[in-house]
Amino acid sequence: MVAGRTSDVVVAMHMSDGLLDAPTVAVFWAVAVVGLAICAARARRELDERTAPMAGLVTAFVFAVQMINFPILPGASGHLLGGALVAVLVGPWVGALCVAVVLVVQALLFADGGLTTLGASIVNMALISTFVGYGVIVALRGLTRRSRGGLVAAAFLAGLVGTVAAALGFVVEYAIGGAAPVDLGTVLGLMVGLHALIGIGEGLITAATVGAVAAIRPDLVYALRGSAPVLELRTTGSTS
Amino acid sequence: MAAGHAHPLYRSGDSPVHRLPPEVKIVAALVGVCCVVATPRTAFGVFAGYLALLAGIWVLAELPFGWILRRSVIELPFVALVVLLPFTGEGPRVDVLGLSLSEPGLHGAWNILAKGTLGVLTSLTLAGTTPLRDLLLGLQRLHAPQLVVTIATLMLRYVDVIAAEAQRMRIARISRGHDPRFLWQAGATARGIGALFVRSYERGERVHLAMLSRGWTGTLPQLSDRRTTARQWLTGLVPAAAALGLAVTGWVIA
Repeated sequence: MVAGRTSDVVVAMHMSDGLLDAPTVAVFWAVAVVGLAICAARARRELDERTAPMAGLVTAFVFAVQMINFPILPGASGHLLGGALVAVLVGPWVGALCVAVVLVVQALLFADGGLTTLGASIVNMALISTFVGYGVIVALRGLTRRSRGGLVAAAFLAGLVGTVAAALGFVVEYAIGGAAPVDLGTVLGLMVGLHALIGIGEGLITAATVGAVAAIRPDLVYALRGSAPVLELRTTGSTS
Repeated sequence: MAAGHAHPLYRSGDSPVHRLPPEVKIVAALVGVCCVVATPRTAFGVFAGYLALLAGIWVLAELPFGWILRRSVIELPFVALVVLLPFTGEGPRVDVLGLSLSEPGLHGAWNILAKGTLGVLTSLTLAGTTPLRDLLLGLQRLHAPQLVVTIATLMLRYVDVIAAEAQRMRIARISRGHDPRFLWQAGATARGIGALFVRSYERGERVHLAMLSRGWTGTLPQLSDRRTTARQWLTGLVPAAAALGLAVTGWVIA
């Protein structure tokens, strides 16, 4: 694990220019911009004037974590997307913003993914994977709050489902404006199959990481917010 | 560790392209790739024109062709789908070297490969001639949302610190006998990531306090006072205009 050899092909969900036609590209840019504007407003309400430094450092964390590769098939490795992970740790609003900034920086500085398809990539990896992942956590709220094991299991599912949902977003975008006539079933099978495998790795790392943070500083886990047990004062029989 | 000064794709230099204000370069690159994407796939000559245009910029920016070529392999994973298209595509089939390939599939593959390659080459040209700090300045001058620019600035200043911390934790694990090869050994790594998150978050709290004590007002100061002249915009947008001309040519001949 994590010893992903550099010779492996890293399967990435970034899209190259030319994969989607021009109108589709414009539509998904608009969706991305509107989505991020809403996230920014909500993030500011949550973190007030601390938003920028906190989100900046969490973004640096996402960037560092994305360098972790794990093998999925012989000769191919996937890298962590981190969408569900940050959604559980800092909430979907700040989390989506962090992943989006990572994607923008990767496109501008590292030529990772096309500039025109950046909007669609933001929709898939910053919005869909984060919010679907968080949706899983909310849906399993009972399980999450019951025990650490419940939280870990929910985090695993959030990582898995979030990754597959992001791959489905890719397929939908391709179905709307894919620049090549290809059997959609093939694309669907390929993307979902591959990302189910990546999702298992993503889910395992998400689960173990969330478990570790919950053990050290449960107050930092967004998904556990408001579930801290009330402080119990035990005094020895004094009745004053 | 040169946070805030350089990034792996930057190639320092003092060419006219390097000296161009960053926002002009970002706009020119965006216009360029939009033109490429909007070009009809059968306008083969026009794609050659885009390549010639980029090659002209590389000569002007003193970027060696070998340097560009080596770095353009980044694209490979993104165009993996291309290999499948000619085999799985529908429609009439043609025989190439004894293989029966789908004609629309071949066209689709060419479309993605050509546009994807030109896109990567454009991004590489932008990244190769623009240092990190300038890129942030460009985003700021283009009126990207304040919050996004601030997050990106802090992220880029701290990413090397966080990455170095991750690296130190990895070395610490390995020197204590950690040898992660199988899935069930991932626990220590994951706990490391958890600890990394807690350290990053707590560092964020300290950074915020340090910023406050140095007079942080909630808005990023203007990163540079220098103004971009209309002349710089005009010079910088010449390649973009050429790309637009090529795209229009493509529409007319196709």
